[in-house]
Amino acid sequence: MSKTPTIITGTVGMDVHVIGTKVISRALRESGFKVVELGMQVTPEEFISVAQETKADAILMSSLYGMAELDLKDFNQKRLEAGLNDILLYIGGNLVIGRYDPKEIEPKFKALGFDRVYPPGIDAEIGIEDLKKDLKARGKM
Amino acid sequence: MNDVRLLIDFGSTFTKVVAVDLQKVEILAAARVPSTVETDITIALEQAIKEITAKTGVSNLNEKKSLACSSAAGGLRMVCIGFVPELTSKAANLAALGAGAKVVGLFSFKLTSREIDEIEKIAPDIILLSGGTDGGDEAVIIHNAGMLAKTSGKINNIIVAGNKTTYDAVKKAFDNSGKHVIFTKNVMPEIGVLDTAPCNKEIREIFLNNIIKAKGIARAQEITGEVIMPTPAAVLEAAKLCAEGVKGEGGYGELMVVDPGGATTDVHSIAKGIPTSAGIAMVNTLPEPYVKRTVEGNLGLKHNIDSLSEFTRIKKIPRNFDEICRSFHQGHLPQNPEEVACHLLLSRVAVEVAVTQHVGRLEKVYGPTGEMLIQYGKDLTGVKTVIGTGGPVIFSSNPREIMEGALFQPENPLVLKPRNPTLYLDEQYILYAVGLLAQTEPEKALLLAKKYLKPI
Repeated sequence: MSKTPTIITGTVGMDVHVIGTKVISRALRESGFKVVELGMQVTPEEFISVAQETKADAILMSSLYGMAELDLKDFNQKRLEAGLNDILLYIGGNLVIGRYDPKEIEPKFKALGFDRVYPPGIDAEIGIEDLKKDLKARGKM
Repeated sequence: MNDVRLLIDFGSTFTKVVAVDLQKVEILAAARVPSTVETDITIALEQAIKEITAKTGVSNLNEKKSLACSSAAGGLRMVCIGFVPELTSKAANLAALGAGAKVVGLFSFKLTSREIDEIEKIAPDIILLSGGTDGGDEAVIIHNAGMLAKTSGKINNIIVAGNKTTYDAVKKAFDNSGKHVIFTKNVMPEIGVLDTAPCNKEIREIFLNNIIKAKGIARAQEITGEVIMPTPAAVLEAAKLCAEGVKGEGGYGELMVVDPGGATTDVHSIAKGIPTSAGIAMVNTLPEPYVKRTVEGNLGLKHNIDSLSEFTRIKKIPRNFDEICRSFHQGHLPQNPEEVACHLLLSRVAVEVAVTQHVGRLEKVYGPTGEMLIQYGKDLTGVKTVIGTGGPVIFSSNPREIMEGALFQPENPLVLKPRNPTLYLDEQYILYAVGLLAQTEPEKALLLAKKYLKPI
């Protein structure tokens, strides 16, 4: 890679299901990214301030406990105010309670500012390929 | 000799003066004279002081030691500009309201030339320019500074309270614009943090040094001491003092002040507003200020009676309701029983709606453990003191009936109004005076409030 993009990972809100972000963080590092691994129970505000501080290129959030929509209610406004209008936002996991059709959920999270929305159990490689594609499109790698 | 202090409020309709004996902590006399701001503010003032002299028999009143506040000549009119509506725009709005201003315009994102025209038409006394957290967004505030720099001489005082990293660029944008630009700390230095105090201080300074001169209010200072703050700020100061008390003299604890008026209904709360029941999560884009003032611009008993009467229609309205409302709008005061009933109902609704807007609310959401309650805004159910002030309550035949509009309603359990407070009436109209006196003699001011606020 000509530039090494910085990627932030973590679970949002009160969610403690941290394994997924550990797997993805490792996969990202192995693919040559610089990873800031925030681990579990990261508040939206922490994601924002760490992104400002590290000049990160993308935030990859995970949420398995079904409360992501509430946790991220004002996230889009906050990140704009914080000057993060150009950062890539991905989220994946069990984003709402119970069984759901991922297609129904996607527009909700797109409206919250996310560029890509993944259902649970997706292969890390798929996400990383998407990430490379999106970063290249923005001239960031 | 008794130490008599004059406390003055230059209102848009009346100039009010109250003379307080500081030793006995007692109101000696009060006077209310139609304001003369349009011609010469000192005419009404001199007349009011003459009345006071006649009533008290004290001829050597020390006018120079008096304290005054003003809401004359339109009050302190401010336009607030931020980036995101729920964040820096709201933070700027809260800061302006907390300084006693009347917010006459609120703008977000990059300003357009159309909005700049609108701002020029509004011609506010002060513009508060915010946008971006410190180290956050830079583009919007710099753009907006550039737009404001091009405005005519009608726009003069600008307070910048945004992303500090942009200050050099913002300063440059205003170079040679001839505007009076003050830089202070960011109203929202980081996400989730509100810092209105530095901004508040600058607003008061500009009010003191520039605005009152421009409005002819400063002429009063030939006779009196300084006009130190806008009237709503004095009421807010009184509320703060009454809540917190002073060393050696306890206050009322957390409280709420409700002030319905001719044009607006103001609500002030001095309370943390944290959840009072277990298991409730709080979700706030911005933290709620401990000292909070909200102004319902569409709830007035005279100027904004149209919108107020619309809110009233869901209740059982008396006969001739529309006709009577029209007469109130023209300045008629209630006389016959029908009019009195109508005025009472309208005042009650103004209080009900304004307090509902001010307090927080609960919302139900469904989580992994079942139903959850989320709190937005301040929980004021535990507030034990609610004070009513303002003409419509003070001069009402049944102030309690009006003030009960501020109470928790079992049929709306998710609206967090005070459940079981003691209601007080500011029957002597002294809250502004308490707020003024609090600046120099806080203990006497508190004792004055305790003496004259009557439980109803």
